[in-house]
Amino acid sequence: MSPHEQFVDDLALLALGALQGDERVALEKHLEGCAACRRELAQLHGDMALLALSTAGPTPPRRARERLLKAVAQEPRIGTAARRSWWALVPWFAAAAFVFLAAFFWRQSERLAQRVAALQTESLEQRAQLERAREVVLTLTSTDALRVTLVAAQTPPQPQGKVIYVRDRSSLIFLASNMPALPAQKAYELWLIPTTGAPIPAGVFRPDAHGSATVIEPRLPPRVEAKTFAITVEPEQGSSAPTTPIVMMGAGV
Amino acid sequence: MSAAKSKGGATDVSLLWAMRSGDESAMVKLYDRYSSIVYAVALRVLGDTGAAEDVLQEVFMQLWRNPGVFDSSRGNLGAWLGVISRNRAIDSLRRRRPETDVADVVISVEPDMAGEAERARAMEKVRGALGSMPAAQRSALEMAYFEGLTHTEIADKTGEPLGTIKTRIRSGLQALRKAF
Repeated sequence: MSPHEQFVDDLALLALGALQGDERVALEKHLEGCAACRRELAQLHGDMALLALSTAGPTPPRRARERLLKAVAQEPRIGTAARRSWWALVPWFAAAAFVFLAAFFWRQSERLAQRVAALQTESLEQRAQLERAREVVLTLTSTDALRVTLVAAQTPPQPQGKVIYVRDRSSLIFLASNMPALPAQKAYELWLIPTTGAPIPAGVFRPDAHGSATVIEPRLPPRVEAKTFAITVEPEQGSSAPTTPIVMMGAGV
Repeated sequence: MSAAKSKGGATDVSLLWAMRSGDESAMVKLYDRYSSIVYAVALRVLGDTGAAEDVLQEVFMQLWRNPGVFDSSRGNLGAWLGVISRNRAIDSLRRRRPETDVADVVISVEPDMAGEAERARAMEKVRGALGSMPAAQRSALEMAYFEGLTHTEIADKTGEPLGTIKTRIRSGLQALRKAF
């Protein structure tokens, strides 16, 4: 679209700064709404610049350059824009850092939560196992328990002891039935007879009214190899070595 | 807009950006590149070296204080500086307050003014165009441009009708444009 004919002359004058008064106001108003005329004005400014070129020739004196440099040095911008731009970045860096930290900590807390859940499960399982183990122990040691020794028919019950020993865990369980009653201040003592060395105390017990007794997990030296087990009658607090002859002995070991 | 770049030099735009960050050497480079245009125009208008130097100083200090006033949408820097210089000089000549808001001036011009060679070529063309213009046309143009006379004043001075003066000025500028 070409500029409006009626304005063309005035546009040239406006570019030259030579348009005044009402004509100028009218043209400026027109320019607000007319891109074609604005383009023409820009072209005219360009033409004026060409006119500026026509003057070229004299170079400015050296002193002018020095004067400018001095003035510039006295008004340093001190890279305000640069500093501003660096400082302007700080909140972005901080924000980015926060995002990273937040993500990092969130992941950490996720992992922790998982770990806690795992531990809770483990703990529940362990508690269940513990319960079961307690049950076993309670049953074995309960004074209310009914203990029955089964023998072949027509056979009178005999004193009987059963040892279950796991060497690797130094774990021992002993069950006795039909044990003869003992005088006061006396007790039976169980002995672990090792393959080498002296007999090792493995628990002291007195049978109940039915002649039953149990020994559960006595303190034993670790991983002793057992040849057999034996029972003697000792003072009620027990002895560190047998003081009377063996009354019961492990058979068929 | 052509990327004004003299041989082996940074572009005008990159120098302006450097100036924004307070880079004084960028200011110096732009000065060395365009000071002759600014000075020459001011001198032609004012006819006085001292006054022309003042205009030179003002124009570049303004650029230093506010490099953002010129952005690439305004055309090329050399042409823009030429126009600013001429306007400042006219204002000084006529003891007027600055009429044009510098920020509003938009220039559309063909030749790239940063390079020495291009500038010399452009100078030749302009001088050629001016030389082949009818005298009355050239003189009207020069009166308006370098003396800052309004068309009314030119009409009074030459005794020609107002409309004639307007047309002469307009066709004079067109003739220049055609040369490119």
